[in-house]
Amino acid sequence: MLNLTLKVWRQKTPQDQGSIETYDAKNIPEEASFLEMLDIVNGRIIETGGEPIHFDHDCREGICGMCSLTINGVPHSKEKGITTCQVHMRKFQEGDTIWIEPFRARAFPVIRDLIVDRSAMDRIIASGGYIDVRTGSAVDANSLPIPKTDADSAFDAAACIGCGACIAACKNSSAMLFTAAKVSHLGHLPQGQPERDKRVLAMVRQMDAEGFGNCTNQYECEAACPKEISVDHIARMNRDFATALVKEQLLS
Amino acid sequence: MNASIRPLCAIWNSSIGKKYLVALTGLVLVLFLAGHLTGNLLVFVGQEDFDEYAKFLHTMLHGAGVWIARITLLACLVIHVVATIALTRQNAAASPKYQHEKTIQATRSSRIMIISGLTILAFVVYHLLHFTVRVDSNLAELAKESPYQMVIAGFSSGIVVLFYVIAISLLCSHLSHGVQSIFQTLGLRSKKSAPLISFISKAYALIIWLGFLSIPVAIYFFKFGR
Repeated sequence: MLNLTLKVWRQKTPQDQGSIETYDAKNIPEEASFLEMLDIVNGRIIETGGEPIHFDHDCREGICGMCSLTINGVPHSKEKGITTCQVHMRKFQEGDTIWIEPFRARAFPVIRDLIVDRSAMDRIIASGGYIDVRTGSAVDANSLPIPKTDADSAFDAAACIGCGACIAACKNSSAMLFTAAKVSHLGHLPQGQPERDKRVLAMVRQMDAEGFGNCTNQYECEAACPKEISVDHIARMNRDFATALVKEQLLS
Repeated sequence: MNASIRPLCAIWNSSIGKKYLVALTGLVLVLFLAGHLTGNLLVFVGQEDFDEYAKFLHTMLHGAGVWIARITLLACLVIHVVATIALTRQNAAASPKYQHEKTIQATRSSRIMIISGLTILAFVVYHLLHFTVRVDSNLAELAKESPYQMVIAGFSSGIVVLFYVIAISLLCSHLSHGVQSIFQTLGLRSKKSAPLISFISKAYALIIWLGFLSIPVAIYFFKFGR
C-alpha cells in the first residue's frame, strides 16, 4: 500500500482560472493502475461530499487514445511507450508527490479539471487525412505490390492513436508529429498517392490555423508518444510539404 | 494579391515554409563561418599573408566580391532573425506553461536558441562596428596600414575578449542544435542518419568554438603578435 500526495489541476469551467489542489491519497494498492488510483481518490472525495476530479478515459488498455493527463510534467508519465491508463502505481514510491495536470496547449482548451478539448486534431484529419474515393475491401495479397519497408513505415505511422501527447510534451505545443504521422501513413501507400500533395498542404494549413506552435526539432514529441512514433515522419512531411508547395505555387 | 509575390507569401504564411527559410539561411551562415574561420586563421601564418588575404577580399571581382558577400549575408541574417522571432512569438502564444515543468530529453542548447541567437546578433552588430566599420579611430588608422595589426590591437583589450568569448561560446551552443536542425527541417534526417548528423553538428560547433577562440586567446593571454 502506498501513501501519496497528489497535486491536481482543478478548473470548474473553460473560463475559470483554475489552480492546483492538494489531495492525500492514502492506502493505494501497488497493483492499481493510475486511473484506478484516481477512481479510489474520487470515491473518497464523493463520500465527503466533494466534486470528483474529472478526467478523460475510455478503453483503459492503451489503444483508444482517450486518456490524457501529464504525470509529473510528462504526458502519460515518464514510462516509455504507454498511455496513462497503463501506468501502474508500483512505479511510484511511498510518500511520492505526484503532479497531475491536463495536456496543455492553447489549441487544447480545458473543459474541466483534467479534460481538454482535442477536436483541433479532428479538424486536421477532416482537412485531408483520408482518401477521397472508396478503395474497396482488402485485396488479395500481392495483387498491389508495396515494398516491405513502405508497408512497415505506413503501419508505424498508422499506430498513432491521436491522444495528443506529442502536442502536450512539445515546448511549443506543436502538432507536427501527429500531423506527420497521418500524412505519412497514407503517403506511404499506393492508395494515398493521388492526393499526396493536396493532403499535406491542407493538413499543414489546418494545423497552422488551429494555433499550434512550430517545431523546433527537440523531439520531446517522440519521447512522449505512447506509440513511439518516429520524428522521421516529420522530416518526410517537411519534404513533402516543400515539394507540394513548389508545385502548387509554380507549376499547376 | 500581386501574383509575383504570392509564392513568397505562401512560404511565409506557413509554419514549415518559415522553417525552411530559417534552415536555408542558417545553412548559408553556417558555411560562411567555415570560410571566415579559415581566413582568420591566416593570422597565425603571419602578418604578410593575413594582410594579403584581407587585400584579396577587398579586390576580388574588382571590389564587387566583398559587396556581393555582404549583401547576401545581410539578407540571410535578416531573414533568419525575422523568421525565428516570428516563429518564437507564435510558439510562446501557443504553449501555456505547466505548473510542474519537465523536459524529457531536449538539450539545453535547443531550449536557449532564441537567447543564444539574439546574443550572437548583438555580437555581430558590435563585431561589424569594431572590425568592419571601425568606429574606433585608432583601429581605423591601424587597419589602413595593416589589418593584421588591427586584429592584434583589437584583441589586446580584456573586455573585448570577454564579450568575444561569451558570444562564440553561445554560437557553439547555437550551432550544436542548429546544424542538425537544418537536416531535419529540410527533410534530410532519418533514424539511420541521425547519429551521424548529430555528430557532425556537435563536431562543427566545437571546431568553430576552438578556431575562433584560438585567435583572441593567443593574442590576449599568450601575447601572440604583441
